[in-house]
Amino acid sequence: MFTRFVIPESALFNEVRRLEQELDELIGGGSSWSSSIRSLPPGTFPAINVGSTDDQVTVYAFAPGIDPKSLDIQMQQNLLSISGRREESPEKNATYYRQERFRGEFHRVLTLPDDVDPDKVEAKYRDGIVEIVVKRRESTKPRQIAVQ
Amino acid sequence: MATQNKAAATTETTSTAASSHGPQRAGASDPVLRPPVDIHETSDEIVLRADMPGVTRERLDIRIDGNNLLIEGGIGVAPQEAMTALHADVRATTYRRQFVLSKELDSTKIAASLQEGVLTVRLPKRAENKPRRIPVG
Repeated sequence: MFTRFVIPESALFNEVRRLEQELDELIGGGSSWSSSIRSLPPGTFPAINVGSTDDQVTVYAFAPGIDPKSLDIQMQQNLLSISGRREESPEKNATYYRQERFRGEFHRVLTLPDDVDPDKVEAKYRDGIVEIVVKRRESTKPRQIAVQ
Repeated sequence: MATQNKAAATTETTSTAASSHGPQRAGASDPVLRPPVDIHETSDEIVLRADMPGVTRERLDIRIDGNNLLIEGGIGVAPQEAMTALHADVRATTYRRQFVLSKELDSTKIAASLQEGVLTVRLPKRAENKPRRIPVG
């Protein structure tokens, strides 16, 4: 009796999922990020945006309410790892209606472009966003060659 | 529209207002981020915490319209113009979320604070609505 309902519903669901994936790949700047072996599903804490210029790659991690001292940022070749924890002890004698905010430990690893210089990394924390700037190597920057 | 609003306001305590009703604001069709919240209640107040990374005090807007509590904030980080996006989990620059308050909350005494991208809104209960211990004479 229920099979009648199940089939069209799951077909619609699959179609929505497929559209979602296509959109993700389209907006996410190509498949190299969304299909990276280290990529995490959307909604993972912290959300991350990565922007690039000729000189540098900038990573924004949306991690509000964190003690900057608890953050561990590491760079190995072009792999950037960000980890830390957000701990808030629940109020005593309180009734919770919603607990949507992330709690606990987090760890994200990003594959940055190959030409970043792991020795030239700077990070700062402001208004709940971790901003990590990684310089690109001099040798790979576009430059003009003088004709002799 | 107005009657729908009223009906929602007279029902239960803090519940999310569906986006279909409530004040229609300019630019409502722009992509908006729905900040995750924690809400808890003690004997004195209801406390709401919302994650709004990137929002500064100047770009934060908390409004009470009748029984509606509207939270809105803009992300202040402006990427350099020459920057191209390699990856974007966050694809909007505005946070917005609405709640319907209940009558026992004193909307004139609502206090808000913002710290490292976490907004805390304290909604105190009216004095006559706090639980009281009745002394036995």
